[in-house]
Amino acid sequence: MDFYLITAVKAAALMGFLLLTLLYLQWIERKVIAHVQVRIGPSRVGPHGLLQPVADSLKLLLKEDLIPPHVNRFLYLAAPFLAVTLALLSYAVIPFGPEIEIFGVRTRLQLADLDIAVLFVLAVSSMTVYAVVLAGWSSNSKYPLLGALRSAAQMISYELPLALAVAAPLLLANTLNLREIVERQDGFYLGLLPRWNVFQLPAPQILGLVVFVIAMFAETNRVPFDLPEAENELVAGFHTEYSAMKFAAFFMAEYANMITISAMATLLFLGGWLPPWPAWLGSNWVPMILFAGAGALALYHGLNAERARDRRTLPIVAAGFFGASLVFALPALHALLIPPFWFLAKVGLLLWIFMWVRGTLPRFRYDQLMRFAWGTLFPLGVVNLLATGLLVALFGEA
Amino acid sequence: MWVDTFFFYLFALVTLAGGVLTVTRRNAVHSAMSLILSLIGVAGLFLLQRAEFLFAVQIVLYVGGIMVLFLFVIMLVNLDQAARMRQFSGQWWLALACVLAVAAQIVYVLSRGSGAFRFARPEPPARGGNVELVADVLFKQYLLPFELASVLLLAAIVGSVIMARKRI
Repeated sequence: MDFYLITAVKAAALMGFLLLTLLYLQWIERKVIAHVQVRIGPSRVGPHGLLQPVADSLKLLLKEDLIPPHVNRFLYLAAPFLAVTLALLSYAVIPFGPEIEIFGVRTRLQLADLDIAVLFVLAVSSMTVYAVVLAGWSSNSKYPLLGALRSAAQMISYELPLALAVAAPLLLANTLNLREIVERQDGFYLGLLPRWNVFQLPAPQILGLVVFVIAMFAETNRVPFDLPEAENELVAGFHTEYSAMKFAAFFMAEYANMITISAMATLLFLGGWLPPWPAWLGSNWVPMILFAGAGALALYHGLNAERARDRRTLPIVAAGFFGASLVFALPALHALLIPPFWFLAKVGLLLWIFMWVRGTLPRFRYDQLMRFAWGTLFPLGVVNLLATGLLVALFGEA
Repeated sequence: MWVDTFFFYLFALVTLAGGVLTVTRRNAVHSAMSLILSLIGVAGLFLLQRAEFLFAVQIVLYVGGIMVLFLFVIMLVNLDQAARMRQFSGQWWLALACVLAVAAQIVYVLSRGSGAFRFARPEPPARGGNVELVADVLFKQYLLPFELASVLLLAAIVGSVIMARKRI
């Protein structure tokens, strides 16, 4: 009984957190891109556009749910469901932190501790292509079909380097269990350099991480590999014929996939919830200092603001940041919050790289995309895997 | 135990329903989707046998790889034209008779000789899943057949590339 209750609570908490993140991730992305392009970004709805995602969701909810007459009805309606379901399924096995004790209950910050978690995530992500392909085909219209075809070819091609990049750290970890993979990365070299898989001897996975990061952009159909929805050639690609909430479902699935794959990169290469430098050098104080610094910055800008409205809203934001900083200072919550903080910080950094790249790089041409996958990335992945295997066989602990 | 039984019948039903739909749908994409359903059902059956590795590989390879290529080809075909073509199903009554005969045989053998069979029980789950067990069997006991199969596949790949290209 306890097990079901705890799992239900964890699932509900994870879902709530995830949906809120998905809602605000697109606000953050719009702000980041705006600043990359020296614009302001959303600023009208709510202070600093903070209510923009809510307004957008409401708009999409209230729009007419249009089904074009020429579509293949069943598959047309099934595709967005499939996209969201498959995008959210992987979170069941992703660990956010170690075993913790909360309200007298010992539990892991993870829904299901699967022994084949890595394979599970790979399996689910290999199925996400169906949502795109079916959406494009069932729309019965030429641009969606072209987008779907591109997407199918692209995702199959880039799955290979991705899988090769995933296999190499598995050789180091000798397990497919995500929690154990992270626990294997615990510790520091010379008391300073973390034993994350990127740095771990005998085979540092720097090349593996590079291959993984490039392939993950292609797997999530993001710039510079967003050919399935290249707007200047294909209108909107596979979701051209979708409107209202069905369109929002694809949007949501894309962001959910981005978070999943960033989480996988964090767990496999960047040490999951482990801190980047030892606690005796003060890694536990980073969240406090970070939030306090953000609060001080917001307060400074609030006191010297040009617009009258900013003078009211920015101090409130600053108070929020100071509050978060205080929460991290509480000794009771310290052990509870620090590991998830590092996990989310690393995932957030990778998500920010997604946005940064979107604001910086142009799109590949289709033949360049394929040549790059098969001619460059795939051989790199193979070399990395073979080198890792050799090094682990020669110098690894039996 | 009833949970296992329930899921066995659920996955069996999914597998069979998928198979039947695969051959009865006229629309090729619907057929492919039904085949995917059937393959997922088989993956579920693997999971019930505590063969998690086979479950994951079934989905990654068949559902996520091979069937995507199927769909890829089907989407390039003009389906309206294909649907108008004559279906080679004139001998369905003969096929039905064969199926019924085989089914009757199976039912007969099972009902007469049910005591003579020993059904294997699934092994208790090994620590870390059965990935290591599969690897041991594949790379130690059956290394030669495994490598031969990979050479065969490589030959097939090279052959298909040569046939697809006009000039090399």
